[in-house]
Amino acid sequence: MLYRTAGQFKTSYRTDQALFPIRQDAFLLGVILICAWVVFPLTASEFTFQTLLTPILIYSLAALGLNILTGFAGQLSLGTGAFMGVGAYACYKMVTLMPWLNPVVAILLSGVFSAGVGVMFGIPSLRIKGFYLAIATLAAQFFLVWLFEKWAWLYNYNASGAIQVPNLDIFGLYVAGPQASSMTQYYVVLTIVSLLTYLAINLTRGNLGRTWKATRDMDIAAELIGINLMRSKLTAFAVSSYIVGVAGALFVFMWRGAAEPNLFDIPLSFRVLFIAIIGGLGSILGNYLGAILIVGLPVVLNTVPRALGIEVESALLEHLNIMIVGSLIIFFLIIEPHGLNALWRLIREKLIIWPFPH
Amino acid sequence: MELLNKIFVAPFAEMVEAPDFLMQVLWEGLVSGVLYALIALGFVLIYRSSRIFNFAQGIMVVFAALTLVGLHEMGVPAWISVVLTLGVMFGLAVTVERVVLRPLVGQPDIILFMATIGITLFLIGFGEIIFGGENKQMITEELGIPTGDIVLEPFGGLLILQHIDITAVVVAVLLVTALLLFLNKTRMGRAIRALGDDHQAALSVGISLQTVWVLVWFIAGIIALVTGIAWGSRAGVSFALEVIAYKALPVLMLGGLESITGAIIGGLMIGMLEKMFEIYWGGPLLGGNTESWFAYVLALIVLLFRPQGLFGEKIIERV
Repeated sequence: MLYRTAGQFKTSYRTDQALFPIRQDAFLLGVILICAWVVFPLTASEFTFQTLLTPILIYSLAALGLNILTGFAGQLSLGTGAFMGVGAYACYKMVTLMPWLNPVVAILLSGVFSAGVGVMFGIPSLRIKGFYLAIATLAAQFFLVWLFEKWAWLYNYNASGAIQVPNLDIFGLYVAGPQASSMTQYYVVLTIVSLLTYLAINLTRGNLGRTWKATRDMDIAAELIGINLMRSKLTAFAVSSYIVGVAGALFVFMWRGAAEPNLFDIPLSFRVLFIAIIGGLGSILGNYLGAILIVGLPVVLNTVPRALGIEVESALLEHLNIMIVGSLIIFFLIIEPHGLNALWRLIREKLIIWPFPH
Repeated sequence: MELLNKIFVAPFAEMVEAPDFLMQVLWEGLVSGVLYALIALGFVLIYRSSRIFNFAQGIMVVFAALTLVGLHEMGVPAWISVVLTLGVMFGLAVTVERVVLRPLVGQPDIILFMATIGITLFLIGFGEIIFGGENKQMITEELGIPTGDIVLEPFGGLLILQHIDITAVVVAVLLVTALLLFLNKTRMGRAIRALGDDHQAALSVGISLQTVWVLVWFIAGIIALVTGIAWGSRAGVSFALEVIAYKALPVLMLGGLESITGAIIGGLMIGMLEKMFEIYWGGPLLGGNTESWFAYVLALIVLLFRPQGLFGEKIIERV
C-alpha cells in the first residue's frame, strides 16, 4: 500500500527515464539521506562513528568502484586492495610534498593516480578474459603491495615503513590526523561518497554505462555494433580505479589514521569483492547493503555475546567471525545469487502490488 | 652502464663462476615448483570437471595437513591418521557438493568462484577453532619419510639435496602418473573428462554429476594432503601455508586452466625461474622478496602473447 504506484502517469520519455520513476523511491532516499546527514551524526557515539558509519561508507565506495569494473563492465578484478593503496600513498605524498593543499582536494586528486595505474594494469584485459584476467589483476595486487614496501620514497623514508596521517585542516577545522573529530571526518566521507555515488549513478545510466554493459554481456557482439572495446574497457578501468583510489585515500586519511603496506594486501581486495557480490553485481544500491552486512556483521557478532553476558575469548570470537562470514557468503549466494539488491527489488515488487499476489 | 652490467652481465658471470650454487638454486626451485604444480593440479582437476575455479584448494592443503597432525597429536598412530584424514577429506568433498555446489549448479562462474572463497573462509575459521593457529611440526619421521641429506660435489662445489625434497619429488611424480592413468584408462576418469567437455552431453549419456563432483573434490583432497605433507615437512604446518595457493594461480595462468601438462610444466618453470630471478636479479637489484610477484608478472607477459596459457584449450568465441 505504501508503495502503490497507481496514479503516477508517465507522459513523456523524460519522466519515464527519470532517476526515480516512482515517487516513493525518491521519498525513501530522502529519508535515508536525512538519516545519514542529520539523525545519525546527532545520535551516534564515537564508537559508532569509528566502527560502523565511516567504515561502511568507505567500503561502500570501494565496492562501488569495483562494481563499475566487475558488475557493469564485466572485468573481474582481484586487485582492489592495491588500487586503494595507490590512492592512499598518492594522497600521503601529496599532502606531505604540498602541505598547503586542501586535504579534500588531495583526496579527490589521489584517485587520478590510481586511475592511471588502473589503466596500465587494465591494458591486458584487451586480450585476456575471464579468470585469466582475474589472476592477471592479482599481478597488480602483489606487485603494488611489494612496491609500497620497497620504495622508501613513498613513505618518506620512515623507519617504520608505515605512513602516518599528519594533522590536516580546512580553514582551521581539522579533518584528518589525530586531532580531527570523528564527526568531521564522517561528514567529509559522506560528502565525497554522496558526490561520487551521484556521479556513478548517472555515468552508468548514460552512454558510457551502456557501452560498459554491452561489453559485459558479450564483448564480440558489442564490438560488432560499433563499440570501441578498448575505449570501453579502459574507461571502465579508469573510472573504477579512480573511485577505488579515492576510497583508499579516505580509508587511511579519514578512518585508519596510519597504514602499513600489508593493510592493502589480498584480504582487503576480497573484502571489497564480497561486498560487491553480496550486494549485487551491476547495482549501485547493492554496494551499500553489502557494506552494511560485511562491516556490520563482525560488530554485531562482537557485541551480542557480551550483551547477553556470555564471555567468549576474543581469539575464538574472531575465528567464529570468519567462519560465519564464510557461511553467510555461501548462504546468500544460494538464496540470491544476484545479491541483496535483487532481494530488495523483489520486496519492492511485492510491495507495489500488495495485497495482490500477482 | 653500471645498471646494464648488473642486469645483463653480472648475473650470468656469477652463474658460470659458481655452477654448483646455480644447481642448488635450480634444485630448490624445482622442489617448490613440484609443490606449486601439485596445488595447480588440484585446481585443474576441479576446473576441468566442473568449470569451477576452486579457490579453496590452498586452504584444503592446510586443512588436510592440520587434520593429520592434529589426529596424530591425539595419539592416533601416524598411518591410521593418514587414513582418517583421507576420510575427513572425503567427508569434506561430500559436504561441499551437497551444501554448496548442488544448489549452485548452473550459476555463472563468478558466483561459484565466490562460493569457494566462502568455503575458504569457513575452513580457515573452523580449522583455527579446532586446531589452533600456532605453527605445528609435520610428523615426518612417524610417516617414515627419510630425513637428512645427500651431499654431492659437482664441479668441485657443494650441492645439498634434502631427503625430504627428494621424497616429495618422487611422490609427486608417482601421484601425477597415477592420476593420468586414472583419467585416461578408467571408466570414472573418462566420465570426469566427458563432464569437463560438455555437461549436458555427459549427463545425457548417464554420467552422474554428483558422483563425479564428489570424486573430483576427493581427489583434490588427496592431492591437498600430499602437498600438505610435503610442504609441511619443509616449513611446518600453519595457516601461513595458505599463501601457497596464491603461488599456484600464476602456474595455472601460465600452463592453461584446463591442462594437466600445463600445470606440471608451468609449476616447474615458475618454481625455478622465480628462484633464479630472486637470487640473481631481484635480491641485488630490487631489494629482494620479488618471489611474491615475479610469477604473476611472468604469467601476465606470457598471457599477452597466448591468452589461453601455454597449454590451455584455444578460446573460441562465437556471437
